[in-house]
Amino acid sequence: MRLTCPLCGERDRREFYYYGSEDYLNRPAPDAAPQAWDDYLHNRDNPAGVTRDLWYHDMGCSSWLVVTRNTVTHDILAVEAVADRKGGAA
Amino acid sequence: MRYSGLKVITEGLFGNKGWKPAWRDPAPKAEYDAIIIGGGGHGLSTAYYLAKNHGLTNIAVLEKGYLGSGNIGRNTTIVRANYFLQGNSEFYSHSMKLWEGLEIDLNYNVMHSQRGLINLFHSDGQRDAFVRRGNSMINQGDDAILLDREGVREMLPYLDFEQTRFPIYGGLYHPRGGTARHDAVAWGYARAADKRGVDLIQNCEVTGVDIENGRVTGVQTTRGAIKARKVGIVVAGRSSQVAAMAGMRLPIESHILQAFVTEGLKPVIDHVVSFGMGHFYISQSDKGGLVFGGDLDFYASYASRGNLPMVEHVMEAGMTLMPMIGRAKVLRSWGGIMDMSPDGSPIIDKTHVDGLFIDCGWNYGGFKAVPASGWCMAHLMATGESHPVAARFKLNRFATGHILDEEGTGSQHNLH
Amino acid sequence: MRLAGKGLIDRSTPVTFTFDGRSYQGYRGDTLASALLANDVRLVGRSFKYHRPRGILTAGSEEPNAMVEILEGNQQTPNVRATVQEVFDGLQARSQNRFPSLKFDLLGINNLAAPFLSAGFYYKTFMWPRPFWEKLYEPLIRRAAGLGSLSGRHDEAQYEKAWAFCDLLVIGSGPAGLMAAWTAAQAGADVILAEEDARMGGRLVSDNLRVDGQPGADWVEALLDDLKAMPNVRLMPRTTVTGAYDDGTYGALERVGLHRAPAPHLPRECFWRIVAGQTVLAAGALERPIAFPDNDRPGIMLASALRSYLHRYGVVPGNRITLIANNDAARATARDLMAAGVKVVAILDTRPDATALEDCPVYLNAQITGTAGHLGLTAITFRHAGGTATLETDCLAMSGGWNPTVHLTCHMNGRPLWREDIAAFIPAEGAVPRLTPAGACNGTFSTAGAFRDGLAAAHTALAALGRPAPDMALPMAEDAPYTITPFWQTPGVEGRQWLDFANDVTTKDVKLSAQENFRSVEHMKRYTTQGMAPDQGKNSNVAALAVLADATGRGIPQTGTTTFRPPFVPTSIAAMGAGGRGAGFAPQRFLTSDQASRDRGAPMIEAGLWYRPSYFPKPGEKTWLEACNREVTMVRESVGVSDVSTLGKIDIQGRDAARFLDLVYTNTFSTLPVGRVRYGLMLREDGHVLDDGTTARLAEHRYLMTTTTAAAGLVMRHLDFVHQAFCADWDVRFLSVTEAWAQFAIAGPRARDLLATLLGAAPDLPFMGVTDVSLGSTPARLFRISFSGEEGYELAVPTRYGEALFRDLVARAETMGGGPYGMEALNVLRIEKGFITHAEIHGRTTAFDIGMEKMVSAKKDCIGKAAAARPGMIGPDREQLVGLRASSAMTAGAHLFTPGDKVHRETDQGYITSVCWSPTLSAHLALAFVKDGRARHGTRIRVVDHLRKIDVLAEITDPVFHDKEGAKLRA
Ligand SMILES: Cc1cc2nc3c(=O)[nH]c(=O)nc-3n(C[C@H](O)[C@H](O)[C@H](O)COP(=O)(O)OP(=O)(O)OC[C@H]3O[C@@H](n4cnc5c(N)ncnc54)[C@H](O)[C@@H]3O)c2cc1C
Ligand SMILES: [Zn+2]
Repeated sequence: MRLTCPLCGERDRREFYYYGSEDYLNRPAPDAAPQAWDDYLHNRDNPAGVTRDLWYHDMGCSSWLVVTRNTVTHDILAVEAVADRKGGAA
Repeated sequence: MRYSGLKVITEGLFGNKGWKPAWRDPAPKAEYDAIIIGGGGHGLSTAYYLAKNHGLTNIAVLEKGYLGSGNIGRNTTIVRANYFLQGNSEFYSHSMKLWEGLEIDLNYNVMHSQRGLINLFHSDGQRDAFVRRGNSMINQGDDAILLDREGVREMLPYLDFEQTRFPIYGGLYHPRGGTARHDAVAWGYARAADKRGVDLIQNCEVTGVDIENGRVTGVQTTRGAIKARKVGIVVAGRSSQVAAMAGMRLPIESHILQAFVTEGLKPVIDHVVSFGMGHFYISQSDKGGLVFGGDLDFYASYASRGNLPMVEHVMEAGMTLMPMIGRAKVLRSWGGIMDMSPDGSPIIDKTHVDGLFIDCGWNYGGFKAVPASGWCMAHLMATGESHPVAARFKLNRFATGHILDEEGTGSQHNLH
Repeated sequence: MRLAGKGLIDRSTPVTFTFDGRSYQGYRGDTLASALLANDVRLVGRSFKYHRPRGILTAGSEEPNAMVEILEGNQQTPNVRATVQEVFDGLQARSQNRFPSLKFDLLGINNLAAPFLSAGFYYKTFMWPRPFWEKLYEPLIRRAAGLGSLSGRHDEAQYEKAWAFCDLLVIGSGPAGLMAAWTAAQAGADVILAEEDARMGGRLVSDNLRVDGQPGADWVEALLDDLKAMPNVRLMPRTTVTGAYDDGTYGALERVGLHRAPAPHLPRECFWRIVAGQTVLAAGALERPIAFPDNDRPGIMLASALRSYLHRYGVVPGNRITLIANNDAARATARDLMAAGVKVVAILDTRPDATALEDCPVYLNAQITGTAGHLGLTAITFRHAGGTATLETDCLAMSGGWNPTVHLTCHMNGRPLWREDIAAFIPAEGAVPRLTPAGACNGTFSTAGAFRDGLAAAHTALAALGRPAPDMALPMAEDAPYTITPFWQTPGVEGRQWLDFANDVTTKDVKLSAQENFRSVEHMKRYTTQGMAPDQGKNSNVAALAVLADATGRGIPQTGTTTFRPPFVPTSIAAMGAGGRGAGFAPQRFLTSDQASRDRGAPMIEAGLWYRPSYFPKPGEKTWLEACNREVTMVRESVGVSDVSTLGKIDIQGRDAARFLDLVYTNTFSTLPVGRVRYGLMLREDGHVLDDGTTARLAEHRYLMTTTTAAAGLVMRHLDFVHQAFCADWDVRFLSVTEAWAQFAIAGPRARDLLATLLGAAPDLPFMGVTDVSLGSTPARLFRISFSGEEGYELAVPTRYGEALFRDLVARAETMGGGPYGMEALNVLRIEKGFITHAEIHGRTTAFDIGMEKMVSAKKDCIGKAAAARPGMIGPDREQLVGLRASSAMTAGAHLFTPGDKVHRETDQGYITSVCWSPTLSAHLALAFVKDGRARHGTRIRVVDHLRKIDVLAEITDPVFHDKEGAKLRA
């Protein structure tokens, strides 16, 4: 499996650390209901098909990436840097 | 038909013409008292214990492929009861007791082999953590023995004690740990359940869960609609998909775990050896193949196959720990879809839908749980109450913070 | 028997090798199999279950029978295919899975017991009495099973791994592969041509084929010469592509040194990771055996193998040869043999309607009903269109048709498709992205067809690569159509007809599995073990599922196939694990003071990837404890020096640095004055403690964070995540500077004095202060922090000065009655002071558990705050950090019980995480987690460690044993 880091180019999977679903980007407000935090931390769509998840270019540029890919075929459809998304304020 | 050595001989004398089908192939009925979705280890054992312990025999197991087509036939067959946390400890202890009578109970040789499991440690800190675990095992009534370096050397003289990257300090020895023949477990439960009247329905994929007024009424399948007042979801790596049919979003992420087997070899490894520091474990099957594996591939996947980085990592770990296996040749590699939970412990619980139950979250350790999981799931489905040894496997424990995280790696599904 | 003047072997280089201790001669270019056949050795192995005598079936890596052990000094390699192993001078081979000898094998008795050893018999017996399984049955089964054996000794040989990248990977060098590689090479693409065999050319070097009017082998030689001259082409003979993985990644095994006497400079094997833009799979096809009674005797082989031995090696495996086929292969083979002057006894054609016109007897509608010859074939009996017959023959070559080598196209879950006209599976389109199958592996069996396919596949690949295709002329070659009338087994006869030779699975077993309702092809495979042997069903899958289809009344396509998975050929653990041996498994990290510590005799122990000194022994000290006690007292009474550079250090800068720290730490750092240091606690988002450490404010917008050794990488990743995910727009940047600084703790009542001698004046620094200092012209940083409970400093210098500074500090300390201290003393010092490490913050610990819930600021949000407030994360049911004090030794990992309670899981009160003997307090101390522990200070608890036979009473105390008020710290 190979990912194309927007900064570093195409690299082998072993350079990257996998975290989990992009859900981790949508941190609830500190005072959000417990259910929101439970969903954020634990519950997942876990699709058999296209998913978006988070990878870290550990042995590269230290970018966190959102990877759009297919969990059944392992096709990589898109890679973008987390920091480049809009509206990333806590 | 009862199996026995005598039967094997008499059948052999008459050309093996008399062997009967191990199970029937019934057409699905319009309605059952209970339906189990998933003909893996846990689904089949649930059906068996529903029939045996609770007298419920008008039940069906619906399997989308062939019986045992999932992880039950892909795992590395390690059976152990060596947990630290309350909640896990009593459950796996119960499972071990069931394993110890399984052949006789099922009239099927599942080749449960208590050859002993050794968990190696490589620092004082790891030793202390294993001792903590070993004491839990003994407090629960199970067995554990602490081996020092020389003790390990006596049992596993082939390890590399001199050059390995992480020197061997000792090991936690679990004599009752071992292996069993995975397919035989599925087939043994299937045959025994069938004998008690359970309908095992293969090539029958559940495509929908019918719910009326908050109560389950049946399922939609590729072989038509089937009614039931009780439905158990026992589909391991596919849990999220089936639960979604009932409007649930589970705390599960599906991941790939690879495993490997070598060509047959004369006996060289007599125990199960686990090298946690290198994420490597190994045993030798009765056929002679070295069966081994390591960690997840670490990305969510339903592909039942893995990639080279983990393959190589596992082989490298093998080479640093026991370089005598270098010339054994890997014959086959494969992957299974693991239902990873956020704390590495399973879920056996009711759901928000009346009559709908779920058993999932087995991570990489659900083979050894097959007997107790079926036992407790059957208890839950029959009585509506959690079995005492599975009382902490609640679905809402993540929301409430009653976490069962043996590894302490936190709420990240792939780290357990 | 070797034929004069035939074959591609190097007759000028004879080699001598041994098999089972007997010496034989072969030639360079021979495989062990061809050389044994040349010496008329037919019996080579024993089968897995029945220990049947076996010979050589094939001429390739798919060989199921002829597996041997290769001996090499005190090492041995089991299960080596004689058909792949090349001979060299001094090669020693030995037969396996037999006792006491190949000719007389005691377990041959299994063959007689076969009726009782039918498929799955072991599931039905050996159950009583229960303990007999581990004690009797299993050991017997294990000993009988298995094939070759390992030496049990460390494999000390060299193996390598490598990467390769190319535009086009061509797998297989037969006509299709050569054509594809040649075309792409002409187009200027970077091409790798990988070929399993030692010699490139595929069937062109094994069959009597002509290309452009030349002998095939000559044509291949000429083309290879051209390819070798091209800088964009890499030829990789002896390289088997073992697996297809995602995104054009392939695994490949190169046999670098296996074909010659071991040499220290040569690795045995190299495992390649090849990353290809496009791939042409030209892996050819494998011929199928035919099932008939006792079809497994030595002397029975595949027709294509026989032709390989004839044309490539100049060997004929018998004097009286018979052939059987359900296609034209028998005819071609017979003609080749007769042309070479070899006697062909007869051709048995299973087809009723084929021609009988050949230069030897031909029997139509022929079906073999029996064979004779215990250790090698002597005769066959068969029925045919005109009756029955028995023929004396010592070699029977068979062809049941061809199976395209689709294996790699199945590695990514592709399911091959059944093609009725060739009675075989071909690859499904797109089964592996960016891979195009060509030639026989795609079901195209003529040579001309293979050239056409290879060219077309190259065009496909070049188009995808965006390269124009060059004009290429197709070579001229035979273009005969392939016709086959499936014939899988002899119907209506008793006796065992082998399908899977290696695992001893016969048609009876497959039928029995259907009878017992193991009707799915996967059930059949698992129940009978067909396809699970070393050849992974390469020789048996299609025939077995044809038999199953027949037994269950379904067609072959409905029956389906099992899945092929990597590796394509068995691949050694050592090759795939190359580099992992010994210390190679993980990086080693060394402190700048490493040599200085070793010079002082300090045992170095692993701390994660680092090595740290355990203690610094003095003459006369007999145990680590003596040294440790001395070092502890030394720190408490004078001064000690310790290298703490392994702690993670992160330089954090920017106008929002303070705000950022407030988000990642539970406590507040924006209020920290410049020049001051604060202890900080970090949670995971799930509310458990991630790490702790001190962070200094170096300037208004600059902090230096310290992490624990274990969590350094974790914390960095966490900070990157929090920053990039939640506040990418904040003005904050950070960098790990762990390796940039060497840092030393100087601790003890005389620490200040020591620093005075070094800096020229005693530092005037408050507790938890930080300042820049200089050592001569070298800038340095001085922190006043303590992990020991004494007045303590940490002095940091650029890494290159680390060793010098360490030696200097130690020398100064020694003049003051101090010296270096190691990890053991460091651990005792921190336990006495109640400081936690990852022994305590082990991943299940909350701030509440360690008594730091007040450090979770109520005034601000922080990572982990919300989750830490869940009901299960707080409260008296949780185990809380306490100290334990006892008069005899306690052990970490012991569990705790209320005195008087029964010792059981249900009464468990907690456990010990750290212990020490405290020379300072002359007591055994421990840190522990106890249910509701903070409410139990002053009470007694029972410490039970079953494993180490400890059962003592201890007093629960505050975790801080030493200098509770912190007077010494602040001195
Ligand atoms: C490589 C590997 C190694 C392992 N090693 C070990 C080990 O050493 N020890 C150990 O204890 N555990 C191990 N495990 C884990 C263990 O195998 C699993 O936890 C366990 O088998 C899962 O439970 P199961 O048997 O019920 O799952 P499965 O066998 O996967 O059963 C689930 C079944 O549900 C069916 N299904 C899914 N969706 C539907 C649907 N919609 N309708 C109908 N049916 C459906 C599937 O086809 C499948 O048959 C390992 C797993 C793997 C992959
Ligand atoms: Zn990058």
